[in-house]
Parts: sequence; structure tokens; C-alpha cells
Amino acid sequence: MSDSYYGRPVIKEPTWTWEIPIYLFTGGLGGGSAVLSAAARLAGNERLAKTSLYLGAAGDVVSAPLLIADLGRPERFLNMLRVFKVTSPMSVGSWVLFVSGGASSTAAVLETLDRLRPVKYLAELVSALFGGPLATYTGALLANTSVPVWHEGRHELPWLFGASGTATAGAAAALLLPPEEAGPARRLAIGCAAAELAAMEVMQHRVGRLLAEPYRKGLSGQLTRASKLCVAAGAGLLAWKGRQSRSAAVGGSTLVLAGEMLLRWGVFKAGFASARDPKYTVLPQRQRRDSNR
Amino acid sequence: MSVPDGWLAYGDEQQERVGFFTDTSVCIGCKACEVACKEWNLVPEDGLVFTGESYDNTSTLGANSWRHVAFIEQEKPLRLDDEDGEPLRWLMSSDVCKHCTHAACLDVCPTGSLFRTEFGTVVVQEDICNGCGYCVPACPFGVLDKRHIPSLPATTTRVSGSEPQASERPDGRVWKCTLCYDRLKGGHEPACAKACPTDSIQFGPLDELRARADARLEKLQQENWNGVQLYGRDPDDGVGGFGAFFLLLDEPEVYGLPPDPVVTTRDLPGLWAQTALAAGAVVLGVVASFLGGRR
Amino acid sequence: MPGLGTSFGRGGATDYQQDLQNSDVITIMGSNMAENHPVGFQWVMEARERGARVFHIDPRFTRTSAMATDYIRIRAGSDIAFLGGVVNYILQNDLWFEEYVKRYTNAPVIIDERFQDTEDLDGLFSGWDPEKRAYSIESWSYKGMAVHGSGGETEQGFRTKGEQSGHGGHGGGLHHGEPPEEDETLQHRNCVFQILKRHYQRYTPELVAETCGCSVEQFVDYCEAITQSSGRERTGAFCYAVGWTQHTVGVQYIRTAAIIQQLLGNMGRPGGGILALRGHASIQGSTDIPTLFNILPGYLPMPRAEYYGNFDNFMKANISPTGWWGHFKAYWVSLMKAYFGENATEENEWLFEKLPRVDDDNSVYWTTQQMLDGKVKGYLLAGENPAVGNTNSKAHRLALAKLDWLVVRDVVEIESAAFWYDSPEIASGELKTQEIPTEIFFLPAATHTEKDGSFTNTQRLLQWHFAAVEPKQDCRSDLWFYFHLGRLIKQKLADSQEPRDELIKALRWEYPTHSAIQEPDAEAVLAEVSGWEVPTGKFLSAYKELKEDGSTVCGCWIYCGAHADGINQTARRKPHWEQSYVAPEWAWAWPANRRLLYNRASADPDGKPWSERKKFVWWDAEQGKWTGLDTPDFEETKPPDYVPPDGAEAEDAIAGDHPFIMQADGRSWLFVPQGLEDGPLPSHYEPHESPFDNPLYSQRSNPVRLAPERPENRFNDDRYPYVATTYRLTEHHTAGGMSRTVPYLSELQPAMFVEVDPELARLEGLEHGGWATISTARTSIEARVMVTDRLKPIAVEGRKTHQVGLPYHWGSRGLTTGAAANDLAPIALDPNVHIQEVKAFTCAIRPGRRRR
Ligand SMILES: Nc1nc2c(c(=O)[nH]1)N[C@H]1C(S)=C(S)[C@@H](COP(=O)(O)OP(=O)(O)OC[C@H]3O[C@@H](n4cnc5c(=O)[nH]c(N)nc54)[C@H](O)[C@@H]3O)O[C@H]1N2
Ligand SMILES: Nc1nc2c(c(=O)[nH]1)N[C@H]1C(S)=C(S)[C@@H](COP(=O)(O)OP(=O)(O)OC[C@H]3O[C@@H](n4cnc5c(=O)[nH]c(N)nc54)[C@H](O)[C@@H]3O)O[C@H]1N2
Ligand code: SF4
Ligand code: SF4
Ligand code: SF4
Ligand code: SF4
Ligand code: SF4
Ligand SMILES: [Mo]
Repeated sequence: MSDSYYGRPVIKEPTWTWEIPIYLFTGGLGGGSAVLSAAARLAGNERLAKTSLYLGAAGDVVSAPLLIADLGRPERFLNMLRVFKVTSPMSVGSWVLFVSGGASSTAAVLETLDRLRPVKYLAELVSALFGGPLATYTGALLANTSVPVWHEGRHELPWLFGASGTATAGAAAALLLPPEEAGPARRLAIGCAAAELAAMEVMQHRVGRLLAEPYRKGLSGQLTRASKLCVAAGAGLLAWKGRQSRSAAVGGSTLVLAGEMLLRWGVFKAGFASARDPKYTVLPQRQRRDSNR
Repeated sequence: MSVPDGWLAYGDEQQERVGFFTDTSVCIGCKACEVACKEWNLVPEDGLVFTGESYDNTSTLGANSWRHVAFIEQEKPLRLDDEDGEPLRWLMSSDVCKHCTHAACLDVCPTGSLFRTEFGTVVVQEDICNGCGYCVPACPFGVLDKRHIPSLPATTTRVSGSEPQASERPDGRVWKCTLCYDRLKGGHEPACAKACPTDSIQFGPLDELRARADARLEKLQQENWNGVQLYGRDPDDGVGGFGAFFLLLDEPEVYGLPPDPVVTTRDLPGLWAQTALAAGAVVLGVVASFLGGRR
Repeated sequence: MPGLGTSFGRGGATDYQQDLQNSDVITIMGSNMAENHPVGFQWVMEARERGARVFHIDPRFTRTSAMATDYIRIRAGSDIAFLGGVVNYILQNDLWFEEYVKRYTNAPVIIDERFQDTEDLDGLFSGWDPEKRAYSIESWSYKGMAVHGSGGETEQGFRTKGEQSGHGGHGGGLHHGEPPEEDETLQHRNCVFQILKRHYQRYTPELVAETCGCSVEQFVDYCEAITQSSGRERTGAFCYAVGWTQHTVGVQYIRTAAIIQQLLGNMGRPGGGILALRGHASIQGSTDIPTLFNILPGYLPMPRAEYYGNFDNFMKANISPTGWWGHFKAYWVSLMKAYFGENATEENEWLFEKLPRVDDDNSVYWTTQQMLDGKVKGYLLAGENPAVGNTNSKAHRLALAKLDWLVVRDVVEIESAAFWYDSPEIASGELKTQEIPTEIFFLPAATHTEKDGSFTNTQRLLQWHFAAVEPKQDCRSDLWFYFHLGRLIKQKLADSQEPRDELIKALRWEYPTHSAIQEPDAEAVLAEVSGWEVPTGKFLSAYKELKEDGSTVCGCWIYCGAHADGINQTARRKPHWEQSYVAPEWAWAWPANRRLLYNRASADPDGKPWSERKKFVWWDAEQGKWTGLDTPDFEETKPPDYVPPDGAEAEDAIAGDHPFIMQADGRSWLFVPQGLEDGPLPSHYEPHESPFDNPLYSQRSNPVRLAPERPENRFNDDRYPYVATTYRLTEHHTAGGMSRTVPYLSELQPAMFVEVDPELARLEGLEHGGWATISTARTSIEARVMVTDRLKPIAVEGRKTHQVGLPYHWGSRGLTTGAAANDLAPIALDPNVHIQEVKAFTCAIRPGRRRR
């Protein structure tokens, strides 16, 4: 028992509840979609641009209440904007979500109303600029904690979440659009799904055997495995038949979306698992300490 | 650099940095510190749970336990040269927020609720905290937690792994040791230190405490105390040294403390760089996806 | 405490806790000081830091053991064997402090030839009367001297007893204050020294190890450590509490330590002494100004019914010709003046004839039995919770349920007030609420934070506390209650012509009151306790000023001076950094603000400090007086070479080199000729219930112990193989009324548990964290199981047994509830002070919850 104190955790598990993994998903959707929409606008693919604009705005708009609901004191959500701190990914993220969500929803409203086009373009531009950060900062958000699997996965998490968010954006658009309009979205979903799977592999490899455990064992392991399966199957289906068959596109996209949602849950839960069991905190730190002694 | 972040900003109002040296070699495990802290700070009782973990039924620091006395029963002699003596020892140690020089909780707080005081300590402002919970997993020592009153039923305590249910969080803010900021302002020593009968908790200017701790370590080493070590005294450690540091009689992990804590924001520049690159990659990826035409 | 009183002259702790820092070796035995006296324990830590060895000798490894440098595990109830072994070690190896022993103790005194030892009579002393189960003590006396008791009892065959003998051997009949026959060489066969040597010669290290369960090495190491810290340069201290007292031989435990401390020359010297660590905040105060039935304030005896002689006879019997008890009359008269003011006069013999008399035992366990027998109808319980705190608490609950009426004054509704609807007996159906006749009045008491007053703490220190808030609603201080109760009774009886009411009518019952609730002024009470001159109203500053002619008022002679100069001396709070470490200006200690009793002994017979290092109080020849760091516990100007003239009386009969001024012969008593029920020297006896035979004598247990067997108080046989001991936890307080009701304490120890060693757990199938049922012939209780290495099986007389530890704080009320350990314990009492044996009895244990 000299490894820990009655097997109790050394650090605290996050207090975050179900809203957060869903937000990780919707935020990713919002960020990825904003970029996708702007790119489609530039490429002249208006339908894709419009769909992704709406998707992005929807993602942003549900994100905010999710985050607020998770607060212990929801009525104080505006305190998030009291300060801006680069040392706090949550602060940075709040501002990013505030700006990008504001921009994307403005753009979406103006799009439906078909009014004030220059303002809409400006809003789209702003939302697109903030889309990338919105999709990736959540990686930093998790990694910037003492939760072992998150903190040690800090090199990969932004990539993983960036890829996941973009895959989500792609898959969501590919789900809603007919295949002939959905080429870029589908390719984005396939490519980013592959990138996401790769990032996950790299991360699990790099954090080492011990810290990869939560991604293999327990609930978080199951979620992660299910996620991989869905993403791989969905991306495969999209690549194989997504171009020809609407139903394959729908099926594939749905699988990718489900997989990305599961990924967020898997990572989320893996963090809890690694915080809960003191060995994940103690053993790597002890190794580090002893090698420095 | 071991100057607490944000402390210098006080200019003329800056006070000497104060903290604790908790010398566990004289802690008698009376828990007066726990009770005094709760009394002074009006921290609620949080459950009558018999743990069977020696005499410790507090179990861990948290929103409702800002001091926590650990009890460890060991088959180890107290002194290395003591072969014939009692092979048993009972370690007791009063844990508290470390008031880190580089405090992760403070760094990550998005509302500015957590702040550095003029005394160099780290305090949550209860009128600002919105319960975002970010500081909770950020702290490398598991000090902070959200307050749930009424408390969770014994079988679903947070340590057992279940997440708290929404209905169980009417307070919702995080709480931790304030190093008795109000008492410091009034020129008093913190309640826990005041109550400690054996001076296991020593309060004072940090520099003085460090010097005292060094002397103490030397004495106990000469006396052959088993496992004696200072923990958190070193300004060059992963959190820039603790404002509240310890003399322990075994490895930190035995007491439930991390062996080599690092302020998570130490890695933040690299992390931001990765994030920026990944954000760029998102744009590139999206652009690339248009290369293949519309279908 | 008669153990200390008979040995040294006063029943209080001989030392103050701060002085422990000066000790070179500290023995904590029969106390879990770190847990129960944590604030005082800082001085033990200080001593340890200065290099002292700290021994904790206890059946359980506790928080005190954890802090000690050395821990020795012994079997509960075996301390006299251990300490007797130490005495033997000291004597056999000639390690005693020769000059000290020869000059300051009664070692040279020759004892009556008729005296026979337990060594001669196989566990009994001479004078044993098997019919009465008591000793007649003539043969224990100094040779050539009749025993002179006190309390007007000599003629009636009574003698100083209990707490009263805890306050000074009032022996008499000494010429020049010296015993008739002595042998300075200590060679005489019947001198105390030789008797002592013979008495303990069989207490060898091997016997100690066999009996106590420690190892010979541990024992010898301990003996070496304490004997090395003796002599001119070094001192050692003892700390004990109820781990020693709560035995059927409790008083003799303390006596054994007293013998050791005398042999090592540790009394009256800095870093020495015996610290009786007392319990409740003012438990010392509650014997000084007693809540006991047989003494009056200042340890004056309560007159007994058997005594029908006149006042003069009462005085004659109590005035000790030599020593400070020589002024008994002044103490007595001043007390009566405090009680009755102008109504007590020389002519009416200070109302002596009107005073109530004691006619029987009247102690608490006796009263409980009377209640069970239906002989006691009404009961007033104030500030105690016998339904949890008294041994065999079940018997006590059954007793309460037989009363007609019961008044409980407490700060919370304790078990003793709620037993009629909430108790194990109600739960089991043994008692039915409807069938309990007792009418119960609960009167809410104010707490210490809601009233002014003083505590007399463990080191005889009176400390004043001020009310922080007014009591809420109907809560009232005890002072308020008794004052107004008395006032109303006096009002009602104002016109009574009944002779029995005369005394109440004569009471002086005037105290100023203040605030809306008419709270009496507590300081006015202190002023009366401390005393004044009647003609001038001048406040007295020391008991030397008390007069026998009725011109002084003093409510408690040993407290005289607590209100000197009209100043509340007990409220003084000069911090220690503004005065010497002795801190004489912090509060006020009785007697005469002395912190270290018998401190004359810190100087050698010539009045010079024994050594520079242990300098404390000494004779300043130039100024012609005693001086030093403390109030000298000696007449200030009596030179060290003073020899009492013929016919000298009272303190004048004490020689200049005899430091124990409360004793008739001015010396400490290795051998106690009178004052104790169970012998002049401690002998090892097994507890009333023990799985072992006495290895020394065929007399197994203390022959004089009080153990009334009756249906409610059955005793265990060998179906109960384990030794049980009960104790406290830092987190709770006594019977729990003040801690189980406090959330911050309840959460720290939220459940009644039983501590067992891992081997016993395996043997009986007990599961850590699970439940166990513990049984005795009295009843069974359940508790959560705490398996811990802090307890270990113990080998005694070649046989292994286990000790079972039970905290006694729980009951059926409050935030955390649980079984009362006292339900298990027997009523088996020490004969001197009637204290219950709850530190060692036998029990059985099995897994699972109690079956109903
Ligand atoms: N926190 C706290 N402090 C208290 C109290 C409280 O309830 N809680 N109560 C106060 C009161 S009223 C009192 S009287 C004091 C009592 O203070 P203590 O006497 O220290 O109290 P206990 O814990 O009852 O018993 C002391 C020790 O005696 C040991 N013991 C039992 N049997 C024997 C034996 O035969 N020989 C030896 N050598 N040791 C034995 C027990 O294992 C225990 O460790 O504490 C006072 N202080
Ligand atoms: N088995 C076992 N039994 C023991 C002991 C043991 O070691 N083992 N120890 C024994 C000892 S040493 C002691 S002292 C006793 C203690 O036993 P008790 O004295 O019966 O127990 P307490 O809980 O201290 O009871 C004191 C009560 O006084 C109340 N009170 C507090 N302040 C005031 C006040 O100002 N006025 C009034 N009227 N009431 C007040 C409290 O609420 C509390 O209920 O237990 C004894 N019993
Ligand atoms: S110990 Fe934790 S809560 Fe305390 S200052 Fe450091 S990071 Fe913050
Ligand atoms: S929970 Fe409160 S103190 Fe903690 S980071 Fe959020 S706002 Fe700051
Ligand atoms: S410093 Fe104050 S707030 Fe912190 S643990 Fe001590 S008493 Fe509690
Ligand atoms: S008050 Fe002091 S001695 Fe008591 S538990 Fe706390 S740190 Fe230890
Ligand atoms: S409770 Fe009071 S009397 Fe007991 S140790 Fe603490 S301060 Fe001293
Ligand atoms: Mo007591």
C-alpha cells in the first residue's frame, strides 16, 4: 500500500458532467463547419456553404447552453467574460466560442433573412477564422489539467479533437446533402476520420503502456473501441459507396458522427478513470522523480 | 523563478509572502486543525462515513475539508537505528492547499475568481466563482472541489467514481483553504495553525519557514529518522515551490501526495503551439477537401 | 487522589504541564496523553525535541505511542507488577538517590513489629478481617505511635478515607514532627526501606515480562533509562490518567509510581513529579470544592452520623498536632463563616450541631443499587450522563427507570434524560415506555461560553472564563439555578419553625445579580471562596491569614488568595513571553499560586540547588528566605537547619529539611501507615475479571475491592476469554453529550468501533469494517470492526491472549449513535475512591450484528 493512500486518488476527478462531452462534439461540429462553410463559399459551392453555415451555427448555439448548464452557478456564466487569460484555455475558449458563435449565428440569421450581405460575409469570415481554434482548443482545455491521460496526451489532443471536429463537420454536411453536392464534405469526413484514428494511435503509443490503459480498459476502453469501429466503418463506407449511394452516404456519415461522439465520451471518461486511480498519477511521476534524483 | 505569479503586481501593497511549514514529525493527529478551520470558515459538515482507514474519516481534501489529517499505520521503525524497538509506526500528517508559487488552479480559472493575494497566497472569491470546475482537475494535488450540499449519500461519494447528479449541487462553487485571508488581513495567524497544539503547523514568512525546515531536516537526519524528507520546499520544483510545504517521514505518495507535481500550465506554450498548428491544419484539411471537385 | 495525597500530602498533580519540557525522561503510563490532553502534550514533544526519552506504556499503540521515543506494550491491569519490578530493579542495583531518600522520605522510619507483608501472608497484609472484608490498620503504623486519623473518626473506628485522604496524611502524635524510631542507616529489619526491599524482591524482570507481556529487554531498557535520569543533575516525570485509576487497585497503581519517584528523588524538582492528568475541564475543581458526598471544600471531612460528640471533640480529632493540618480549626471556622455569615458564632459552635451528617456510603454506585432496590425515589442529575458514562450503564438505565422523579440539567437531551423512550432496553422490549413510572424534568443548562466562571484544570490552575454570549431561551447557568433555587427555598422556609430548617434559614445567601435574567455575579462567589477579613472587609491573600475566631471568611482554604487584593487573580493572562517560563502571572494555582508542589525538595537539605541545571527554589542565606522561580512550598523564612523546639505545633513542628509540609512528619511516604483501605504498599493483584491467575499470590484480586454481585451485575467466567479495555478518542468527549451532538466532531469519528488485532480477527472471523458483537455476563453490544496492527496478541504466563479495545463515547442519541461500551463493564470498584474498573475486564467477541 505504499504506493498510495488507501488507494484514494491523488488528484480530483473533474466535476464536469454529461454536458461536456456533448459540447466537445457540438463545439467541434461548430468549428469545423464554420471553416467548411467559408471554404465552400469561396469555392462557390453555395449549398454546402449554406448547410455548413447552419450546421456550424447550430453547433455553436447548443454549445453555449450546454456549457452554462454544466456550471455550478449557471447564473454567473457571464463571469467567463470578466477576464481574458491565455493561461486558461477555458477563458480563451469562452471568448472564441463567444466570438465565433456570435458570428456564425449572425451569419446564419442574415442568411435566412437574406439581408445585409456584407455584414454576413464579415460574420462568416470571423466565424471561419475562429472555427479552427474552436475545433482544437478543447484539446488544450483537457490537456491543460493534471489528469494524467489528458495532460500526457497534450501533443496529440488538439490534433485529435481538430481532426474529430472537422470529420464531424464533414460527416454532418455529407449526411444532409445529396452526394453530388457533398464531395468536399465527404472527403473531409474520410480524411479527417483517418487523421483522427491516426492521432489516437499516436497518442496511445506515446503516453506509454500505463497511461494508454484507460483507452483499453473499462468503460472508457469500450467507448474508445466502439468509437474506432464506428469511425473506421463509417469512413470506409463513405469512401467505398458514399459517392454513389445516398443511403450509403447517410449510413457512413451517421457512423462517423456516432464514432466522433463516442470518441469524445471515450476521451472524457478515460480522463476520469486516470484521475480516479492513483497509480496513473503516482507511477509516472515517481519514475520522473527517481530519474532526476 | 520562484516568485508567485501575480504577486508583484501589488506594488506598495505587497506583503511578505507567508505560508505554512507542516512538520509531520510532531503531528499528534488530534485534528484540531480540521475543526478549527471548519469553525472559523463556516465550512459545513459533509457526511458521517466510517471508512475504517485508521482514524481518518475525512479521507481527502475537498470543498468541505480544507485541512485533512492523514493516518498511516506502518510496519516500519521510527528511527533507522532502532532495531529492537516497536516495529510499528503511525504517521500523521495534516494536508492543506499548497498555495503554489505557480498555481495551476489560479492559472486556469476563467473568471478570475481565483487570485493571488498580497501575501502571495491563492484564494477563491466566492462571489465570483461560477463553478466551471476547471480548477478542480487542474490542481496537481486534488485540493479543490465543488461543494455539494446536501452531501452525496455515502455510497456515491465522488471518490467511488460516480459523477455527481445535477440535483445534488445547490452550492456549486469550488472551495478551498484561503490561508485564512481574512485573519491575515486582521494580523492574525490562520485558525489551523493557531489551534495546532504541537506546532506541527507553523505559520510565518516563507523564507523563515524554509530556513527552519532545513535545520529541522538536518536534526532529524542526524537522529536517524526513517524516511525524513522535505516536500515542496524546493523553489525549483514543478510548481515553483509550495507556499505550504511539509516535512514528511516517508515518500509523498504514501500520504496521498503526488511525488513530482508539475503545474500543468508549464506545458501550456507548447500546448498552444500544437493547438494553433492543429487549427491551421483544420483549415488546410478543409481546403484540401475541395481539391477533388464538387461530387 | 489518595495515591498522591497519602504519599506526598496533597491530592493534586504535583507539577504543571509546562514543566515537562525540563524532563530528561518522561513516562506516560495509564494515559493516552496525546489524544486526551493534546494541548499539554506539546510539552512532552518539547522535551523529546530537547533529547528526553519518552516512554509510552500501554496495552494499545495509540497516538501517544506514535509520538513517544519508546513504546512498551503491556497487558491491561498489570501495571503494579511492572512498576513494582522497577522498584525492585532500583533497590537491587542500588540506583536510588541516597541523600534524597534518607532525608526527604520515610525510608528510615521503623514500622510496628506486628506488621506483616503480602509476602508473608500470600497476598494479604496484617490486620485482614475476612468477615468485614477490610483491614484494621493498627499494625501498619510507625513504631511507637498510635494512628491518628481525622474527620472526628478516631474514636468511632473510622479513618481518613477516599478523596479526603487524598489530601494529606493527617497523621498525628509526632514528637518534634519526627517519627519515634528511625534508622538513618536504613539497615533495621523493620525500617521502611528494608520492608520495601523485601516486598518487591520477587518482582524480577522475568516476572514482569511473564505477567505484563512485555520483553525482559524492554523492561530493563526502561529501568536503565529512568534510573539514568535521576540524581542531582537529571530528573524524570510520570504522567498518568484514568488508565491507572480505573482499576480495583487504581490508587495503588499511583502509589507505585510515587514510590519510584521518591526513590529516584524526582519529587518537587523541575522536570520531575507525577502529573495526574485530570479529566473534565474542572474535575480538579470539583474535588477541591467537591461534588462528593463525604468531604467539604478544601478536603475538610463531612461530619458523620455516628459521631454525636461535641464540636471540641470533632476539632480534636481533626487538628493534626504537626504540619499544616494543625490549623484545621481556622479552615473550618472560616468555611462556616462563608456559609452562615453572622449566624455562625463562637457561642453556637459555628452551627456545628445543625450540620447534616453522612450515614452511609452514598457514593454513586451505591446509590444506583439503592435505586434498583427501589429505595431512592428522586434523583437530580447535573452535568453527567450515567446512562452512557457509568460502568454497567445498563444497570444505571434500569435504575433510573425505577425512580419517581428525575431532574436532568444538561445542555442537550442526553441518554440519561431520554432512556424512557430511546434506549437499548426500549428497543429490545425489556423496558416499556408506558410502564416506566419516572417523571422526568429536563432543565436546559447554559454552556461554559454562556457564563462567567472558573475552571480548575489538571495542574490546580484556576482559569477564569468570561461569558461570550447570553444563554438562549430557558438555558441557565448552574450558578443561576442553584442560587435562585436556594433563594426560593429560603423564601418558602422563612417562617418555618421546624428545627430541621434552621440551617437553611441561617445560610448567608446574598450575591449580586446582573442582566435581565438575574445572573448571579460569579466573581462575587470567587471572592467568597478566596475570603476576607470580617471586621475590615480586606481580602485575604493566603491561608496563613485564616483565623479560628470567626474573624475571617473563606469558602475553601486552599483557594485562599485567588481573589487577593480584590483582584480576580484567576483572570490574569500575562503571556509567557513576558515572564519566566513558570508563568506565575498566568491565572492562579492553588495553593498560594504554587506551580510545582513540594518545591523545597528542589534544593538539597542545606537549601542549595541540587545542581545548577535543576535549580528551582533555594535558600538565600543573605536575605534569610527561600527564593527561586516559583512560590516556595515552604515557610518563607524557615531556614534549612531549623529544628522544631519541644512542644512545637502545626507547621512549626516541621524541620527545615522536610519538604513535604502537609505530612505530619514533613516527609514523603514510601510506606503509607494510614489513609488507604488496601495496604501500605502496592501489591500486584489481577483485575476483578481476568483470564489469568495472580503469579505472585494465591490472593488473586484486591481483597478489599467492592464488587456487588446481583442480577443486574453478573460477573464473567472463562467463557469470556479476552481482555477488554475502554478508552477515549480525541474526537469525542466522555459520554458524548458534548461531542456526538457536534457535527464537526461527529464526522471525524462517525461510528462506534472495536479494535482487534489481526490474529484475533482471523481466529473469530471478524472482518475489517464489518460488524462484531461483544459480550459479557452483563449484556452484548455491537460495533464496527477495526482490525489494526496497533493491537497485538500478548503472551502472559506462557499463554497467549488478545486485548479488545472499546471507545466508550457512544450512546443512542446525537448525530452519530452507537452502543455504549459501558453496557459491558461490571460494577467492580476500587475500595478507596469507589472508581469503576473499566480499564480491564473480560469479554467474548463474534462476527455479525447483535441479535435481538
Ligand atoms: N479528547 C478527549 N479528551 C479527554 C476526554 C475525552 O473524552 N476526550 N476525557 C477527559 C477525561 S474525563 C479524562 S478522565 C481524561 C482521561 O484521559 P486518559 O486516561 O488518557 O483516557 P483513556 O483513553 O480513558 O485511557 C488512557 C489509556 O489507558 C490505557 N489503558 C487501559 N488499561 C490500562 C492499564 O491497565 N495500564 C495502562 N498502563 N494503560 C491502560 C488505554 O489503552 C488508554 O490508551 O481525558 C480527558 N480528556
Ligand atoms: N468505560 C468507561 N467508562 C468511563 C470512563 C472510561 O474511561 N471508560 N471514564 C470515566 C470518566 S474519567 C469520566 S469523567 C466519566 C464521564 O462521564 P459523564 O460525566 O457522565 O459524561 P459527560 O458526557 O462528560 O457528561 C457531562 C455532561 O454535562 C453536560 N454539561 C456540559 N456543560 C454543562 C454545564 O455547564 N452545566 C450542566 N448542568 N451540564 C453541562 C454535558 O452536556 C454532558 O452531557 O466517564 C467515566 N466512565
Ligand atoms: S495546491 Fe492546488 S489549489 Fe492549492 S494553489 Fe496549488 S494548484 Fe491551487
Ligand atoms: S470553478 Fe470557480 S474558481 Fe474554479 S476555475 Fe471555475 S470560476 Fe475559477
Ligand atoms: S489557513 Fe485557514 S482556511 Fe486554510 S486550512 Fe488553515 S484554517 Fe483552513
Ligand atoms: S492540529 Fe496539529 S497536531 Fe493536531 S492534527 Fe493538526 S497538524 Fe496534527
Ligand atoms: S479540549 Fe481544552 S482542556 Fe482539553 S486539551 Fe483541548 S484545550 Fe486543553
Ligand atoms: Mo474523567
